[in-house]
Amino acid sequence: MIPELGQFALVLALVLALVQATLPVIGAHKGIAPWIALARPVAQAQLLFVVVAYLCLTYAFLDNDFSVRYVASNSNTELPVLYQISGVWGAHEGSLLFWALTLSIWTGAVTLFSRSVPAAMLARVVGVMGMVSVGFLLFMLFTSNPFERLPNPPLDGRDLNPLLQDPGLAIHPPLLYMGYVGFSVAFAFAIAAMLGGRLDAAWARWSRPWTSIAWVFLTLGIVVGSWWAYYELGWGGWWFWDPVENASFLPWLVGTALMHSLAATEKRGAFKAWTVLLAIFAFSLSLLGTFLVRSGVLTSVHAFATDPERGVFILIFLALTVGGSLLLYSWRAAQIRSTVSFDLVSRETGLLLNNVLLVVATGAVLLGTLYPLITETLNLGKISVGPPYFNAVFVPLMIPLVLAMGVGAMARWKQDSAANLVRKLRTPLGIALVLGLLTPLLMPYYHLGAALTLFLGFWVTLTTLWWFHDRAGHGSLSSAIRTTPRGGWGMVTGHLGIAVFVIGAGLTSIYSSEKDVRLDPGQSYELGGHEFKFLGVVSAEGPNYSAERGTVEAYKGGDLVATLHPEKRVYRVQTMPMTEAGIDAGLFRDLFVALGEPLGQSGAWSLRLYHKPFVRWIWFGGLFMALGGLIAATDRRYFQAARRTVKAGPEAVAGAA
Amino acid sequence: MSRLLTAVFLLLICVAAEGGKVEAYAFDSAADEARYKQLVAELRCLVCQNQNLQDSNAELAQDMRRQTYEMVSAGKSNEQIVTYMVDRYGDFVLYRPPLKSSTFLLWVGPFILLLIGLGALLWVVLRIKRTPEPELTTEQHERARQLLEQDEDKNP
Repeated sequence: MIPELGQFALVLALVLALVQATLPVIGAHKGIAPWIALARPVAQAQLLFVVVAYLCLTYAFLDNDFSVRYVASNSNTELPVLYQISGVWGAHEGSLLFWALTLSIWTGAVTLFSRSVPAAMLARVVGVMGMVSVGFLLFMLFTSNPFERLPNPPLDGRDLNPLLQDPGLAIHPPLLYMGYVGFSVAFAFAIAAMLGGRLDAAWARWSRPWTSIAWVFLTLGIVVGSWWAYYELGWGGWWFWDPVENASFLPWLVGTALMHSLAATEKRGAFKAWTVLLAIFAFSLSLLGTFLVRSGVLTSVHAFATDPERGVFILIFLALTVGGSLLLYSWRAAQIRSTVSFDLVSRETGLLLNNVLLVVATGAVLLGTLYPLITETLNLGKISVGPPYFNAVFVPLMIPLVLAMGVGAMARWKQDSAANLVRKLRTPLGIALVLGLLTPLLMPYYHLGAALTLFLGFWVTLTTLWWFHDRAGHGSLSSAIRTTPRGGWGMVTGHLGIAVFVIGAGLTSIYSSEKDVRLDPGQSYELGGHEFKFLGVVSAEGPNYSAERGTVEAYKGGDLVATLHPEKRVYRVQTMPMTEAGIDAGLFRDLFVALGEPLGQSGAWSLRLYHKPFVRWIWFGGLFMALGGLIAATDRRYFQAARRTVKAGPEAVAGAA
Repeated sequence: MSRLLTAVFLLLICVAAEGGKVEAYAFDSAADEARYKQLVAELRCLVCQNQNLQDSNAELAQDMRRQTYEMVSAGKSNEQIVTYMVDRYGDFVLYRPPLKSSTFLLWVGPFILLLIGLGALLWVVLRIKRTPEPELTTEQHERARQLLEQDEDKNP
């Protein structure tokens, strides 16, 4: 009964989404006030029904209702409750429902928090989001119904994929989806502004906090995903340039460009047309990511060709969304030319350079991700494009970006002079050069790559902090710091995050060491200044798995610094062997041990040992960036604008009367 | 549809099964060991969804690791080992795609994009610099006209 209720709620949500996608938009076009006023209540009602559907599926999981195909395929009576809840978004059908839920939540949030936006504009925004919602609800109901019943329900379910039975992966998809789908708000604002023919600073101001919040979620999602891959996949890597990872990274890169471009559009009215295009791209890449991950095209072009139903649906949806918005863009582009002028040396040029490098990087990653699919489709042979390619093209693009970051933030809007910039930047440049060249001496051995990494890290840190000094001018530094708005603090925090990330990524890849060894109980091996002593392996039982649990003690200079417990688990239902690494996390290094297999009768095992300096900095950097985005999104002026309009509201009405 | 799901499922098993097998090979020199590590990191496990030899637990990957180890120990150069692998398994085995006609666009594409991007940047900046400040709005025109008329009144 409950699953049928969920299905019914989905159908009602679809009907409401159809209303939401049409009447408010037409109303805004023809000036029909009651239709415009429909936007808010219809969007909120749609949210309500999607929530009901979502709760029904969650109930089916908690109730162990294996007559529902999706529950039977992804749950089990022994599955812990946390994973029964997160299992709802663990596979295809449920994750689409989660996508739809996220979209409704964002739409609901827009109706609640956009009081300063004129009613007609809001109606168009909500209408565009309704169109996207229609697409996803149709997709779900026609090709991927999560509530489909089984004629002969099994006694027990097939269990959730063990890889997903982990707290990290329980929260990774919701964060990622909030980010992906969040870009639909920036997209909807851009489309709505084009429909209304009003692309002004106000539009950029309304879009900015939404874009930043979506970007914060996406950043956190990627950070958690990378961290999860590090400890769960057992190979100690933190980024593999896997197509699924790239699918989340592409919208992130364009989203980053969009945030910077929106800054120029809001502050100076510059690059309007370009900003609109970036908003369209960011959301299109989110949809493309969904297509890549959900259509099966990545596992093999042939798997896609033999069962194209889902893939073709998303492909058509993608073509309609991207094609439709680009058509609208080409029609409106001539009217949205920006007329502001700026000099070659100015912050505008800096932001454009940021955009060019980020978009070129996006293009390169997209090319590498899609190229194997293209050659296979065109029968040019099967090829692999992996980390060696991506590192070769991506890193050289990021080095100038990081260098330009220090200059860009310091440049004046509109007009600056090269001499002025050199005068401002020579001190941080000098200090960064000296520190960058000297600090690698503290490392196990001198490495030029490490010198470059550290120079870039210090350069970004110092120029970012110098920004306060520059802000103060002839005034006092403390008052400059006190009066810095949240937007400024967000920029500073985010850029410091880049510095932390660069240092982490660079030093980890240069100074990490690893070794595959065979150890008898009691035997030890020395790696990265630490002695790893293997004590042996015992059996252990988990709720739905049995495990072999090793114990390894790590010593430094004779002192015990950590006791590690790497595990090998076999999940009973899916009989899938899994490795759980034993990790001792530290600010300056991680010790990481993965269990291999038993060798002979003596209790000896093969083990993989890692010493990974600065690896935490990668995720700390990401967290800093996310924090920066959050601080910037809460800048007072977004709320001031809202309050002013609310205050102006009654007076304006009285004046009209 | 169920066939697709099965395929995805099998691949997931393949992915999940990784990370277990660890061989403790002994090398003659640190240089050989570094060479081996680089090779198994850049060669692909052919039966897995997307994993290199180093991280894969599939039997084929173990075999290929052993082959790589034996060839490194026998003093074969990296080129010889890679050629051997490509002859047997095709370009698919290489995570660093070779530069040839079918991959030309892959390797050159990013540079073309960068040139286009920087060219567009320069074009936009130089063009905007030449553009005069925006023309006056009608209101400003009106105000200017009024000011001029006042002047004319004073100086008949």
